[in-house]
Amino acid sequence: MVEMMSEKKFDYFIQGEKNKWEVIIGLEIHAQVLSKSKLFSSSPTKFGAEPNSQVSLLDSAFPGMLPVINQFCIEQSIKTGLGLKAKINLHSVFDRKNYFYADLPQGYQISQYKNPIVGEGEIILDMPYGSKKVRIERLHLEQDAGKSIHDLDPENTYVDLNRSGIALMEIVSKPDLRSPDEVSAYVKKLRSIMRYLGTCDGNMQEGSLRADVNVSVRKVGNKELGTRCEIKNVNSIKFMQMAINYEAKRQIELLESNKIVNQETRLFDIKKNKTRTMRSKEDAHDYRYFPDPDLLPLNIEKSLVDMLKKDLPELPDEKKERFIKEHNLSAYEATILVSEKEISDYYEEVVKSCDKKLATNWITGDLFAVLNKKNVSISKSPISANNLSSMISMISSGKISGKIAKNVFEKMQINDEDPQKIVEREGLVQQSNPKKLEKLIQEVIAKNEAKVSDYKAGKVKLFGFFVGEIMKASKGKANPILVNKILKAKLN
Amino acid sequence: MKDLTKKTLCNLVKGIKKKDFTSEEITNFFIENSKNGKKLNTFITTNFERALEEAKNFDKNKNYEGLLSGIPLAVKDLFCTKDVKTTAGSKMLNNFIPTYESTVTSNLWKEGAFLLGKLNCDEFAMGSSNETSFFGNVINPYGDKLIPGGSSGGSASALAANFTPATIGTDTGGSIRQPASFTGTVGLKPTYGRCSRWGIVAFASSLDQAGPMTQNVEDCALLLEAISSYDSKDSTSANIKVDQYTKNLTDNIKGLKIGIPREYRVENMPDEIDVFWKKGIEFLKDAGAIIKDINLPHTKYALPSYYIVAPAEASSNLARYDGVKYGHRAKGNNLNEMYENTRSEGFGDEVKRRILIGTYVLSSGYYDAYYIKAQKVRQLIKNDFDKAFKDVDAVLTPSTPNSAFKVGDKKDDPISMYLNDVFTVPVNLAGLPAISIPAGHDKNNLPLGLQLIGKAFDEQTILNLSLAIEKRASFKRQITEWWK
Repeated sequence: MVEMMSEKKFDYFIQGEKNKWEVIIGLEIHAQVLSKSKLFSSSPTKFGAEPNSQVSLLDSAFPGMLPVINQFCIEQSIKTGLGLKAKINLHSVFDRKNYFYADLPQGYQISQYKNPIVGEGEIILDMPYGSKKVRIERLHLEQDAGKSIHDLDPENTYVDLNRSGIALMEIVSKPDLRSPDEVSAYVKKLRSIMRYLGTCDGNMQEGSLRADVNVSVRKVGNKELGTRCEIKNVNSIKFMQMAINYEAKRQIELLESNKIVNQETRLFDIKKNKTRTMRSKEDAHDYRYFPDPDLLPLNIEKSLVDMLKKDLPELPDEKKERFIKEHNLSAYEATILVSEKEISDYYEEVVKSCDKKLATNWITGDLFAVLNKKNVSISKSPISANNLSSMISMISSGKISGKIAKNVFEKMQINDEDPQKIVEREGLVQQSNPKKLEKLIQEVIAKNEAKVSDYKAGKVKLFGFFVGEIMKASKGKANPILVNKILKAKLN
Repeated sequence: MKDLTKKTLCNLVKGIKKKDFTSEEITNFFIENSKNGKKLNTFITTNFERALEEAKNFDKNKNYEGLLSGIPLAVKDLFCTKDVKTTAGSKMLNNFIPTYESTVTSNLWKEGAFLLGKLNCDEFAMGSSNETSFFGNVINPYGDKLIPGGSSGGSASALAANFTPATIGTDTGGSIRQPASFTGTVGLKPTYGRCSRWGIVAFASSLDQAGPMTQNVEDCALLLEAISSYDSKDSTSANIKVDQYTKNLTDNIKGLKIGIPREYRVENMPDEIDVFWKKGIEFLKDAGAIIKDINLPHTKYALPSYYIVAPAEASSNLARYDGVKYGHRAKGNNLNEMYENTRSEGFGDEVKRRILIGTYVLSSGYYDAYYIKAQKVRQLIKNDFDKAFKDVDAVLTPSTPNSAFKVGDKKDDPISMYLNDVFTVPVNLAGLPAISIPAGHDKNNLPLGLQLIGKAFDEQTILNLSLAIEKRASFKRQITEWWK
């Protein structure tokens, strides 16, 4: 992709009435740690359970209950840190972030403030104008809050504590993003890395991945950052992009009419496609952070980090390099194949026993078209990797032609049927026996003597006509390469 | 039958084993005594019927395996007890019945004891006189106008008045040792991490520690052994083997080095406290200990630091009492109003004062000046002790700068109230074990306690030293049962 389109240039600037503006974006992603139990209790974390059915005495903050760290969540966040090529802090501290809300049973959230478990790292984005490095400031672990449900009853609010205490990783980027497209690429890449690692399922519909979006603008050419606004809790990439677009324009309008941007927290209203003030800087909570005295500082053994590093799966960037080098794929193809773990898994399963180039073409072409049409992910592909692989092998071995393969591919979608069986049942095996082909060709020539004379007289275009007739006579099964060869010999 | 409530815990355990009397008999005695002692206001909740059932069951099954087989025990109402109301002395939890049992009380029941009732205490353990309890102040058996100390005041009074053979309290800044000192009983605050905090209503998490309160040192060793354990449910619990305190208990302390910190001679300390302290030194000398002067230079900063750290943690620990999930809930037109009304009605003045202090010292702009500084001082105090313990095996001080005071005397003067904890607070800040043992009376015939501070996880040494003092002091509580 990089080589292919490196001609393109970054072009996301907003033209105001007076100036051209650059948009500066930083993201705080809240990613739910993939873990069977919560960060400090053994309650299950299954999505969609009956309200308040996954709540322990600790999650509901009963008197005398104490948090005990879930070691698995620690390992998950170390892995994520390693996936972000980040510094793992062997010493980190859990703090209490104090505020009152009905769905925050303890009256504080256990989080990490001054000493997070993961320090600075980076994510590489593949943009049409080349690759772009986005710096990660930190990753810290924290508890999720419960859910307040305001619309079940006109007078009461209901509280569901199933989420209360679930482990989240807050991943904070530096203000390195410059456009909604970069935001999209960043979220997708981060999600992909975590899915490769198995540390977050990245399911945005279920709230496993949410973002706070920090937006500011500055005149093109300016070095200093403008005042930012934070748009809270946006839960889809599309909404993030819409919110950024709106917010940037709002700030530009303010600045161009000589008003100032107030640093504040805003909410994105999906229906109105607008952001609005949630609370101003003056109303900002004083969270009164302090180290949680119920928990000792978290000290991680270096050997644990080394072990996790050793067992780290291959991540998208490395996989892409390998596909380019070892599979001779183009950067563009490799980028597509590694973009999601499931796609690369599928691809690697297919190419275990067939041609890599052909497999790439079939997957990114015909298979993606089918998935798009059916609106399913590759993990629910109607054609299994095994069967696609054996179909491609039949093409390579000459058993079926590319054209027949299209036909077989159609049929395979119905019941994920073995292509061998389809080919045999429907008699679709390619005719590659030279003697049989010669006989067939002889018959076609015999039927069209006049055209043979014309051909010999110089109408060489008629060659295609003969091929077509032969294919028709063979019901499409004749091996086109052999047909060409034999026909040429006969006619000349 | 002769009143069995005067017997020590160890003698009751032995007597039951030898079948001198039954568990039911002693339980009845303690219940009877408690019923006659309502004037002292020691119980918030009684569990007499169930206790009697437990006693009868015990007598039927006769399982003598536990350290406390067949013993009825009343405990401070800060320990969550399954199916028995647990209030922490607060209106906020006046309707709270836990579905779970604290680790420390579980340990008691595992050793064969059973619950006699829940004892009064200062609200959320915040107080030094047991006057902040929503359930009224507790009276010291030494006199109808006297406070018993706090916050484990109900425990101390009930023990001194023989309503329970022994009890457990909690100690955040002296809440076991000060009331023990004021009631002529023995009280020990174990090393931080020795006893699990799981299931104890939290006041200040980095300071809170449960501990035994008993008639004498031998009982103290036994009860400490029963309640101590490592608990994976408490991340600050120490995975260190529990000593056999009873088996190893000895008054042979010859050659042990005892530090006398000059910084504990505080301003305005009555002469008689100083004299009493010297008497303690003489007892230990007599037992063969070597006395050494030591320095604990940061002692004077302990109290101010404590009154930053403890309220800071408390302000956060008590945030959960918001009327949403359990406990008191007041009406309100919206969430904030409900919070405000609930917490205004549910908490008493002292608790509110500490929440305000704690919230203030953690606020942005003040955090570094107060909380961080207090934590630094805390480290210095710890270092002082670490340094001292290179030269000595234990430190001897008075437990309190005065004896029990009158009800209402200091209620409206928080600073003077807080000064009561001046000798006990440094120990909590340093996380060390310390014991208060009764060793004399003041001019008003009120009991005075000596405090022995030990190295971390060396409860045995201070128990042994206490035994040596106990033998020489021949202290006897001078209580007439005026409340009957």
